[in-house]
Parts: sequence; C-alpha cells; structure tokens
Amino acid sequence: MNVRAIFLWLGLAGAASAQGFADLGASVEGFALPERGRVLEFPADHGAHPDFRIEWWYLTANLTGADGAEYGAQWTLFRSAIAAGGGAGWQSPQLWMGHAAVTTETTHRMAERLARGGIGQAGVEVGGEAPFRAWIDEWEMRSTAGPGEDALDRLAVSARGDGFGYALELTAEGPLVLQGDAGYSVKSAGGQASYYYSQPFYRVTGTLDLPDGPVEVTGQAWLDREWSSQPLAADQTGWDWFSLSFDSGEKLMGFVLRGGEGDFTSGTWIAADGVPTPLEPGELEAEPLERFAVSGREVPVVWRLRLPGRGLDVTLEALNPGAWMATSVPYWEGPVRVTGSQKGRGYLEMTGY
Amino acid sequence: MIRASLTALLSHWGRHPLQLVTLLAGLAMATGLWSGVQAINAEARAAYARAAGVLGQDRLDRLVPTDGSLTVSQFAKLRRQGWAVSPVLEGRVAGLRVLGVEPLSLPRGAAVPGMPGLASGALGEFLAGRLVLVAPETLTRSGVAEALAGMEIEAAPDLPPMTVLADIAAAERLLDMAGKVTALLVDPDRALPGAVPDGLELRAASAEDGLARLTDSFHMSLTAFGFLAFAVGIFIVHAAIGLAFEQRRPMFRTLRALGVPARTLGALVLAEMLAFALIAGLAGVALGYGVAAALLPDVAATLGGLYGAAVPGVLELRSGWVMAGLGMAVAGTLIAAGQGLWQVWRLPPLASAGARAWAMAAGQTRQMQALAGLGLLGLAGLALVFGQGLWAAFAVLAGLLLGAALVLPGLLALLLTAAAHRAKGVLAEWFWADARQQLPGLSLALMALLLALAANIGVGTMVASFRTTFTGWLDQRLASELYVTAESPDQAALLRAWLEPKVTAVLPIVWVDTALGGQPGEIYGVADHATYRDRWPLLQAVPGVWDMVAAGEGALINEQLSRRAGLGLGSMLALPGGELPVAGVYSDYGNPSPQAMIGQAEFATRFPDAAVVRFALRLPVAEVEGVAAGLRAEFGLDDRALVDQAGIKAFSLRVFERTFAVTGALNTLTLAVAGLAMLASLVTLSSLRLPQLAPVWAMGLTQRRLAGLDVARSVVLALLTAVAALPLGLALAWVLLAVVNVEAFGWRLPMQVFPGDWVVLFAAAGVAGGLAALVPALRLLRRRPADLLRVFANER
Repeated sequence: MNVRAIFLWLGLAGAASAQGFADLGASVEGFALPERGRVLEFPADHGAHPDFRIEWWYLTANLTGADGAEYGAQWTLFRSAIAAGGGAGWQSPQLWMGHAAVTTETTHRMAERLARGGIGQAGVEVGGEAPFRAWIDEWEMRSTAGPGEDALDRLAVSARGDGFGYALELTAEGPLVLQGDAGYSVKSAGGQASYYYSQPFYRVTGTLDLPDGPVEVTGQAWLDREWSSQPLAADQTGWDWFSLSFDSGEKLMGFVLRGGEGDFTSGTWIAADGVPTPLEPGELEAEPLERFAVSGREVPVVWRLRLPGRGLDVTLEALNPGAWMATSVPYWEGPVRVTGSQKGRGYLEMTGY
Repeated sequence: MIRASLTALLSHWGRHPLQLVTLLAGLAMATGLWSGVQAINAEARAAYARAAGVLGQDRLDRLVPTDGSLTVSQFAKLRRQGWAVSPVLEGRVAGLRVLGVEPLSLPRGAAVPGMPGLASGALGEFLAGRLVLVAPETLTRSGVAEALAGMEIEAAPDLPPMTVLADIAAAERLLDMAGKVTALLVDPDRALPGAVPDGLELRAASAEDGLARLTDSFHMSLTAFGFLAFAVGIFIVHAAIGLAFEQRRPMFRTLRALGVPARTLGALVLAEMLAFALIAGLAGVALGYGVAAALLPDVAATLGGLYGAAVPGVLELRSGWVMAGLGMAVAGTLIAAGQGLWQVWRLPPLASAGARAWAMAAGQTRQMQALAGLGLLGLAGLALVFGQGLWAAFAVLAGLLLGAALVLPGLLALLLTAAAHRAKGVLAEWFWADARQQLPGLSLALMALLLALAANIGVGTMVASFRTTFTGWLDQRLASELYVTAESPDQAALLRAWLEPKVTAVLPIVWVDTALGGQPGEIYGVADHATYRDRWPLLQAVPGVWDMVAAGEGALINEQLSRRAGLGLGSMLALPGGELPVAGVYSDYGNPSPQAMIGQAEFATRFPDAAVVRFALRLPVAEVEGVAAGLRAEFGLDDRALVDQAGIKAFSLRVFERTFAVTGALNTLTLAVAGLAMLASLVTLSSLRLPQLAPVWAMGLTQRRLAGLDVARSVVLALLTAVAALPLGLALAWVLLAVVNVEAFGWRLPMQVFPGDWVVLFAAAGVAGGLAALVPALRLLRRRPADLLRVFANER
C-alpha cells in the first residue's frame, strides 16, 4: 500500500503540490475555521476537534542520560479528516497518524503508525478511563494528573518502534501557554490561522530502550497542541519551527513560514513564569548558516536566531544533523543546542525541503 | 552428399502423401489434446495464484477466528496490545467475492492489485468507501453493476474475476456485515507481541490456497485424460513411422552402399523426425489452443459451480504449456521412431533389402507383452489395496489401462485361434487365419481403440451414475416448494408473519460459517419438521436420529466431512460451544466444503447472533405461483431473493451438466483419435499384404469379395476389442466412482450400469472399424489385376 499516496491526498504529505507543504493550504469546504476571540476551554480543548481538518498533539523532549549523553525524544499524534465530523466504526472519516523517535548524537530511530478513527484503534479522549488519553496502537500519552490539576499537568508517555522504545513521566512546572492572540495563531499575511497552545514546562524522568540496553534519562519536554482546517496559505511551501528553553527559564517559540510573498515569521516569548508575549510578524530574524545533506535534500541544521528588541542573538546547532523523519510525510525533527546570548536546549522542525 | 541423401529420404513422403498426413495429423492431435488440457489447467492455476496473491495470502500469515466470529473492536484491542495486524472482511454478495481491506494498516507485503495505480484523489474516494475496484471482465457480467449500484467503480485488470476490492468500510456496507472482520493479516516486519489470543489461530502463509488444493483432483483428472489422448495419438505416429521405415529400408541400404556413413544417415533421419515433430507440434499447440478455448468456459463454469473458484473464461497463450506441448511432440516422436532409428544406425550396408512384413516376428513379443500386461494389472491391484490418495487412484487407473492394452493382442490371438478351429470351410479358415496374421500390425491400433472405448464406457458410466444419483438426491433434498431470502432480519420477521397463515410451514434456514475439521465450512440449524425427517438424504443414521438432533443431543454431518475427518456414527464432532456426537451422515453432492447440522434450538443457543433471513416454504404446488406473486408485490423481492424448487433444480442440473461437458468432449475426441489410429494401421497393412491376397485372388476369389472380407475382418476385430473394453471400462468406472471421486470430491456414488449406452458404443466401434477398413478396401477394389499378378513375378 502506498501510504504516502494516501497522505498526499489527505493533505499531510509531499511538498510537490501547489497547495503548500502537505497540502495544508488546500481548500476547507465543509470544515470549521478558527475564529479570533474564541476562548479555549480546558480540559475540553485538550481533546479532538473532528470538525477541523487537521490537528496534532506534539511532544518533544530534550533528555540527558546519567553519563551526560544528550538525547531527544518525540511523540506525536496527528489527526486528519477526510470529512468533518464523526461516524460509527469504519464509516468515520477521521484518520490518525503517530510518529515516535529517539535521537542520539549518532543515531535517529523513528517509527510511524497509521489508523482509522471510529473503531478505537487510535484516538484522543478527555475524561473516561483517564483525565486525558491519546493513543494509537500500543503507543499512549495518558494523563496521571490528580484532582484539581490540569489534565495535561502529569503525563505518562510511551511508544515503541524498530530498535527503540521509551516510557517517560512528565510533570508540568508551569502553566499552559496560549500562543498568538490568546491561542489564535496567524500563519500568513493572508490571514490563515490555527488554534495553538503549548505546555512547555515539563520536567521529565524515564527510560529509553535502545539496542545497547535501557538508559535512564531526565530532562525537559514541550507539548504543542494545534488544530486548524487551513493553516497555510496556498503558496507557502514549508516551515522552520523552533521551540527553545533557555537556562534562564525563559522560552521562545518561533517559526518561519517560507514562500508566498516573502517569508512570514512569528512566535511567542515566554517568560519564566509562563506569561507569553506574542512577537510581531517579522520581529524574529532567522538565518540558516549551514546545510546538511540528508535523504537527498539540503537541510539547514545550524541557525542564527535574533530578537533585536530583546537583545537575543543565539546559534542553534542540531545534536544530530541526520534527524530525518522518513515517514509518510517526511520532515526533519530533532534536538538542538543553543549558544550565544542565551544558552539552552530545544527542538527544531523543518518541513518542505 | 548430405543434400542428395536428404532429397532421397524426403522423396519418400512425396510418393506417400497419405502416410505423411497420418504421421503429422496423429502427432498434431496427440499434442493438441495434451496441450489443450495443459492450457486449461495453466489458466485455472494462474487464476488461483492470482486469487492467492491478492492481499499477499501467499506471503502473509493470518489470524483467523476459531469459532467464526471476530469483531472490529477485537481488532482494535489487538492493535492496542501491539499486534501489527490488518483486518480483512471477506464475503459474497450476488455471486461476487467482496474483499474489504484497511489500507492504513495493510502490511507492505500485501500487494493489492490496482491500488498503487490509483490517482491520489481516487485513493481518497476509496478510503471514504465510495470507490471499489473490479477486474474489467467482471464488469461486463450480468448483475455486477446492480450489486455495486451507487459505487464508483474503477477497473483493475490484475484482480481475479468476480472479485470486488473495496475499503473495509465499503465492504461492510456491501456485505451487510457491520463491525465484523473475517481475518487479520500479520505484518511480517514486526514480531508478535505475545501468544496468539484465545479464539484465534495463526494460519501460516501458503502459496497454495485452499482453492488450489480443492481443485487439484479436478486438474489431475484432466491431465490424466490429456495423457490418455496423447498415448493414443502416439500409437498413430508409431504406426506411420514404422511403415515409413519399413518402406525405406531398400533406400537406406542403397544410400549406405553409396557411401553414406551410418552415423550421417541416422542423423539425417533424426533431423527429419525432429522437423516433423516441430511442425506437427506447432500445429498441435494451435489445435490445443482451439480445444482449450472451446472447453474453457465450461471448465470455468464447473470450477465456479463446484468449488466457487473464479477462473476467467478467456484463454491466454502461456509459454509454459506451449513449450511443454512442443516438448511432448518431440518426445512422442522420438519414442515412436526409436525402434526405426536404432535399426538405421545399426543397419549393415549389405543387409538384405527384403522388406519383412512389418513387425511380423511377433509371436514371442506378444507373449512378453501379455506377461508385462498381466504384471501391470497385478500392480494396479496392489495399488488399489495398499495405495492411498489420488495418486494411488491414478496409478490404479494407469496400471489397469496399460496392462489391459498389453494383454489385448494375446487375448485376441487366442480368440481368433479358437474361432479358426471352429471354422468350417476353407474360406472361413483363411478368414480367421488371415485375421490372426494381421494382428501384429493392427495390435497398436486395437490397443488405442481399447483404451478409447474403455475410457468411454468408464467415464460414461460414472457420469450417468452420478446424474441418476444426483437427480434423485436433488428431489429428496429440495423438498420445499419455495425458498425466500429477506434483505434484513427485520424484513425476515415481517415476511414470516405475512407467510405463516398462507403456507403449510415456514422453515427458517440459519447457518454460520466456521471451521469444521480444520477446513472452512458451515453449520446449519435445522428445524424439526417432517420435511427433513421424511426426506433428508441420510446415508447412515443412529436410531431416532431426528429426535436426537431436535433435542440438541446429536449432529448431522455431510459425507465430505465424515470422510475427510474420519468421523462415523457416534464420533464426537468438535463444534463451537462444545462437541456433539455424530447422529447421522447425509449426502451433499456439489458442495466441496464440510457441513454440519444441529437442531434449531441448539443452534440458537450456540450462535445467538446468527440472523434468520432465509426460509424454506412448504405449500401446495398449486399455490406456489400465488404466494410468490404476493411476496413480490408485498415485499418487492426479486428473482434472487425468491426461488422455487424447479428453479434451483434446473440450476443445479445445469452446473452438473457443465461439469461433465469437458469429459464428454475429451471422450469423443479420444475415440476419434483411436479411429484414426485404426485407419492409419489398416492403410499401412493394405499395401504390405498384397502378397497374401494375391494367391487367394488367383484361386478365384473376386476383388470385391476380398475387399468385403477385409471390411468384415476389421469390423470383427473392432467388435472383439469392444467386448474386451467392456469389463475394462466398468473397472475404470468403479475406480472413478469409488476411489477418485471420494478423493476428489469427498463423496462416493453408487455405480449403475447402462447397457443401452454400450449398444451404441459397440455400434460405434463396429462402424469405426468398418470405416477404417473402407479406404484400403476401395483401394483393393481399384487395383489392376496386373498389380496382383506382379506379386508372383516379384523376387519375394
């Protein structure tokens, strides 16, 4: 089965079409559209929004072993709908895709799972057997939050693939952060937007299962939640996205959407207490410094990022430049080290190369 | 020198065109029948391979439910336990095999014909359950478009016929099987996370699917037939080649005397034979293609009717059987020409050119042959007693046929000697003695005739026995006057309420598909009603069988299951929900699968989910029309949902007739080939036996009288052969009915004899003998007296 072809059509794959990366600029007939000013409600909005075309639960973790070795881990669940709404059993138009990866300085192991909605093989549930639960096959992100806590405050996350696996315990040490205008994140000059919030304050402990044996790790993690029906403009070809945690406790989420009438950059400065400040379009300056050949493409793996207004001038360097996700929708996703005016760690995602 | 020698060798055929025609025609026919059968088999096997290849059945293991039920939620649960499995939903609707797949979880090895070719937009349609794939040829069949109404249909040439490939969402709607799964394909790239859960079993990938196994015997029978025809054809070739060698003896000697080395001469003759083999082989392959193309639709219908195997009715030219056909032609020629070639090789240059009458020194040979024949018959007996399986059955058949053929000349010689002793008068004595004299030259042709006649009697008896049994069985089994199928359980309930006051009895027909004795089969729930008690075709039963079944204390099984699983009365039959003793065995012709029946109350307890949608109705015959019309008007039932007894019978008999149409056709062709063998041999002999006829003519017998006697002799020999063929044919029929059918289909049929058919066949044999002798006889009539006189002037 040519899974790639399915996702091409579904709008998750391939930059070849004129509809932007992964067809995310395609038309949205029948689907709901994000509205500025809608107040996000939790825990309900942790769950799925089947009337929107696309949605994800995106967790990245920067981890360190007992010997000081650095690791990256990814757990992602994508939802993509052929049509808006639900449906019983196989008749459901909802499709799910899971990506998991573990990155070391020299290796990048990853796996992919695909599933239909409506039958229980994959899904996201708020309430029920746990305050929050997202799963595909045996991969799971399950809330272990107690009463009075946000459902995403504590998570147990596990996944397994060819040659790797992990089980991580996550505890949030800060609040949820609404990106953009109170969770309404504009993606192009033409006004395309998505709902977008994050939980960037996780402290992590857990175990990585690697071919050489289990590795106990600790570190930090960042969860992104985003849903939309047409997050890109038709002429946007891809993006570069950064989530950085500085040693100062401050954090930066920033992205560059390439193509169209010049690149569109945006982001959020997050204070150590979690108070977000949206960046003005164009305020963030991102400049690729070095490219690396992977999977037949040239991908920038060293970046210079500047926020002149905040005196930020940092260099991002991939822990492993070969962190290529050779999935149905191929992209680059891996941990980065931050040096310069601030030090820290983070994750870099690059699509559409 | 070589060119001159070749010209000399080939000039012979110019002088004897009939011989050349016989040689080529015999070889072409032999090759043709053989290749035809092989072409049919190849086509069917390719169809099975295609069917097995869909979904990588030949490469992927699968998990199947042991009790016939598997749900989507079970599948989802397995996935969440880490099982890399993909669901398949398979079923039949309106004669179509619907195959529902789930593209997202489908393992890489599960090649789905047609899927990769889909444009991306169409793939979305497929996933959305609006698009299905069907082989182009299937689209043109009647009923297909109606069954897929509302669906977008895309042609996928690589799909097997009568198969609809759909997304599982579409399949469950087409099949009305929401929430069901029939099997789970196991992804070979990921290890199993644990032991196979209860209620499921792991079935290993197999290149040969059940269809190939089921139909194996059918194809073997065809192959055996093809081989028989080939053997008969080779007799003709042998006759023609033998004659050509004999007649060219002086030429060989002359060539050798002129200095052509034996080696060169041998090589030239070999080359000549190979050239003939290739020419005739090509013609044979073409003929085979024709035979196969003509027979394939019937074979396809048979395979569909008997085994549910979808085989296209259109023949493809495949290199496999084409090459095999040419190979057989060459091999056959070499076998037929071996003796002659050997002689050319060893011929001393100065050997006498005296043309011995061809293969005359036969007395001793005949004894050896008879002994070998008896040995073969003995071996056949041993194989019958000790052998097992289909191959043993065919060994019995081969030993029987070949042994009998080898014994035949000896037997005929004995008969002719006896007749000669009893003969009164010089002419009668000469008649019998001359008949015996001709025997060696004719024996091969007579053997061919024997085989063809025996095969005719054997197969004819089998088919006729089967037909008689089958029609009787249909009358018993189809006791109800009307059969009606509802669209849904809800409609079924309405139907029942509507029907109850109008008919004598409404008998629900309920069943589930499940594994029986390790094979896919069905379990039926049978109502306690006189319809079954009085008429169900039980072969064996314990006393009070119907009471036991009605009380849920026993099960009925079909003969196939009884034989394959070795279950007799009182044996315990493993069933979902606990085993039951076998209370009876019923005949179930035309069904390849195992089947069991239990009481309807017991069935409802064991299979509470099985829907009741089909009913058998008992009512006075005169009211059938009225009730049927009422059902149509009230519920809008079409012809598929409403079938009367006569309709089912007609359909069943049609399937039956088509099943044996092939054997019938091959039979007739074989008999024709045997007739040709007779003709070839007699033509051969006629030119050789002038020296024997000339003295009789000189003593006053007219040419007309002599010709008449020749025809009469040929008829007598053919009739004697037919007499010998009768017991052989009956033995053959017995083996077919009692051994081959049991192995092939799982049922044994009572043998019945049809002497009326024999009379026809005897007449046919006599006519064939007479016709074969007619050409030489006419030739004798036209001979100038000078030819006959010249015999006396000749050096021999």
